[in-house]
Amino acid sequence: MIGKRPGSPSKPSGATFQDSRRTSSKKPAPPVKRKPPPNRLRSEPAPRKSAASAEISRVKASTRFRAWRRHHAAMAADSLQRLLTAPFASLMTWAVIAIALSLPVALYIFLNNAQLVSSNWDGSAQISLYLEAQVDDQGGRDLMQELQLRDDIAETRYLSKEQTLAEFKEFSGFGEALNYLDDNPLPAVIIVRPSISGIEAQQALVDQLDRLPQVEEAQLDLAWVKRLFHIMELGQRMITALGLLLGIAVLLVVGNTIRLAIENRRQEIVVIKLIGATNAFVRRPFLYTGIWYGLGGGILAWILINLSLFWLDGPVRSLASAYASDFSLIGLNFRDSLLLLFSATLLGWLGAWLAVSRHLGAIEPR
Amino acid sequence: MIQFTNVFKRYENGHEALQNVNFTLQEGEMAFLTGHSGAGKSTLLKLIMRMEVATRGQVMIDGLHLSQLGKRHIPFLRRKIGVVFQDHQLLFDRSVYDNVALPLIIEGMDPKDIAKRVRAALDKVGLLSKEQFTPIMLSGGEQQRVGIARAVVNKPPILLADEPTGNLDPKLSAEIMQLFRQFNAVGVTVLIASHDLNLIGRMGQRMLALTEGSITHDGAPR
Repeated sequence: MIGKRPGSPSKPSGATFQDSRRTSSKKPAPPVKRKPPPNRLRSEPAPRKSAASAEISRVKASTRFRAWRRHHAAMAADSLQRLLTAPFASLMTWAVIAIALSLPVALYIFLNNAQLVSSNWDGSAQISLYLEAQVDDQGGRDLMQELQLRDDIAETRYLSKEQTLAEFKEFSGFGEALNYLDDNPLPAVIIVRPSISGIEAQQALVDQLDRLPQVEEAQLDLAWVKRLFHIMELGQRMITALGLLLGIAVLLVVGNTIRLAIENRRQEIVVIKLIGATNAFVRRPFLYTGIWYGLGGGILAWILINLSLFWLDGPVRSLASAYASDFSLIGLNFRDSLLLLFSATLLGWLGAWLAVSRHLGAIEPR
Repeated sequence: MIQFTNVFKRYENGHEALQNVNFTLQEGEMAFLTGHSGAGKSTLLKLIMRMEVATRGQVMIDGLHLSQLGKRHIPFLRRKIGVVFQDHQLLFDRSVYDNVALPLIIEGMDPKDIAKRVRAALDKVGLLSKEQFTPIMLSGGEQQRVGIARAVVNKPPILLADEPTGNLDPKLSAEIMQLFRQFNAVGVTVLIASHDLNLIGRMGQRMLALTEGSITHDGAPR
């Protein structure tokens, strides 16, 4: 923080100055006894603002902004350097963050793929229109052709009363028993395959068809679609909950790590507060530490996820080809990857912020 | 520059550290603050640095009412005050140069100017040749001089010192005092807390004596 990283030789930027110093320092004249040049330390009267203002602006605003940027850059570099000087400890923290992040992300990818697979089945949703008993064969066929022309219907199929009876005989297992019926109790049926997807839209279509005069009842074969939909929704909620929990876990991990870092540098914080460091100045290195923890964890999570995907891709391909499908796993695209890194960094920064606001205030010079 | 008006300080445990303290230190003045340990010297210095707040009365530093000073402004008050601590308060994980540069970095000075100012300050205390040392490699007197260099490097109008010669032998103490006198000579207001009455007597400066939280003497050393 504040100045230099530990153990590194300090490099004041006036390099040429340094050489001249080396030669001059050989002269053993102890400057303590020497009479100082007049006004050496206070050569010009420091221009101060009016007494009402507490700030001394001896530094111009533009210079201050440059200094602020410089300190940001220095602290970013310094805090990263500090993490890298203890690679094992940092790697542990990064790994914890990465695991916590990759779990919900992996589930998200799984769900994405599941949705992709299920969307291929979406077309198989069917609507059965049971026609009124008085609608004759011709009427039924006319209606079928009429429906065929609609945009929201992909395909229609007409089953006359006789055909439905035959199907029923075949599938119901009542077979012979039905022969004893005097007349055919079954209605004619038009099977409709909608070209639109989405449960709501399909349900609306069903309601529309149900109101047709020739139709006694329209039924959407929804059961499995609904089930799948609910499972997906459940999955999504679980991922959200898990993501929230693990996000909080990341916050706590980073927060606790930063708390330890603050504790380690307690003395330093006290000293620089005593010599006029603002809270922002004290906070800065710790916030950067949090950012590095988050970003590092995010990168590691990204690597973990892509390694697992690579590892799973082979089996998934062979499984898909067994079902005569060319499906393969969809991983994280560029946007998802950026989002992952960004949220990881944000979590790290937030965790650091929590720790800093909680613990830095308590460290005041006494 | 420093003005105390009817200042009382009572700590939360009920200890009355200061009772009705009144004194004024003009700009460019130099004074010693003396008294037994527990007489309130440290409390008085802490009030000036706004490490503590007066329970009653008014502390004014360079025209600022400290009781009305917002938390946000405290750092800027402290930048006006160079402080030399008895235990130096140096950072041992970095070089002498970096220790002295701290106030300038905090103030946001340009690195080039920082190098010049740090070397000027180190030259002043005679430690220019040791700028790359870490404080741990220095003797007690040298560490104290690093502390002084850090206190004056940003040319503060006020210099406070809390027992700056507490652990030093008489010869080193005299050297340190000589340094303070030099800073005073260029216009810095200097207030030094010390219980070394011999030394104070030899310096011949104004002396404020604290006894159980009250000022019992203000003037030439007794």
